[in-house]
Amino acid sequence: MAQVKRPLSPHLQVYRWGWHMAASIFHRATGSALAVGSILLTWWFVAMATGYEYFNTVQEYAGSVIGRIVLFGMTLALMQHLLGGIRHLFMDMGKLYGLKVNTATARFTFIGSVFLTLVIWYAAYKVMGVI
Amino acid sequence: MTDMKTPLAKVHGFGSAKEGTHHWWLQRVTAIANIPLVIFMVISFVGNVGKSHAEWVAWLKQPMASVLVILFVANFVYHMRLGLQVLVEDYVHDHGTKVASMLVITFACVLIAALSIFSVLRIAFGG
Repeated sequence: MAQVKRPLSPHLQVYRWGWHMAASIFHRATGSALAVGSILLTWWFVAMATGYEYFNTVQEYAGSVIGRIVLFGMTLALMQHLLGGIRHLFMDMGKLYGLKVNTATARFTFIGSVFLTLVIWYAAYKVMGVI
Repeated sequence: MTDMKTPLAKVHGFGSAKEGTHHWWLQRVTAIANIPLVIFMVISFVGNVGKSHAEWVAWLKQPMASVLVILFVANFVYHMRLGLQVLVEDYVHDHGTKVASMLVITFACVLIAALSIFSVLRIAFGG
């Protein structure tokens, strides 16, 4: 569709970074990252259904250094998307639009996601008997 | 050919498509359902981490686990499909590429759901 070049509304580059802006951008970014992660999760389910030999191979990949880094990142992305999503649900109800509460809750999604990720990984290592 | 009409002028008079909030609403419904399902999945992963294949299979064979995992997969894949659609609508401006991207995303989502759900069912009903 050929179209006249019309001026666009200002985009990312004109705004100063703030917690609310970061929360919005990271909500998209983590959602996209989790979409990639869903392929890994599917691979893991298929491996489990395939049999113990192949499952063990995939478990070894997951347990490798790179595997753990990826899974840690996915945990962080999931927690950020979860908390950001809950914040969005409140915003859908017309809440959290005050400048202060909006910024504070945006910042909380980051602090909260890091905290929850560390709790999850601590619990996981505890279950494995490593700690 | 250069079209001088604005996008607004082109659709003026057609009325609304009557589905303005449908996508938005379904994304919220799946988002809300995702909250307990994700908590269940995280607890399950942490609780079973490091276990053998036989132990994982025994866990997944439990009716509650099989059903919740299947519901999680169906729900998150739907949510993912809706979210990726928003990305395409925002960032892909060429009509042909947009349609092609949406087809690829839809097929990939169905494939992900089918592979995961089939795997769970095979384990659940397997000997």
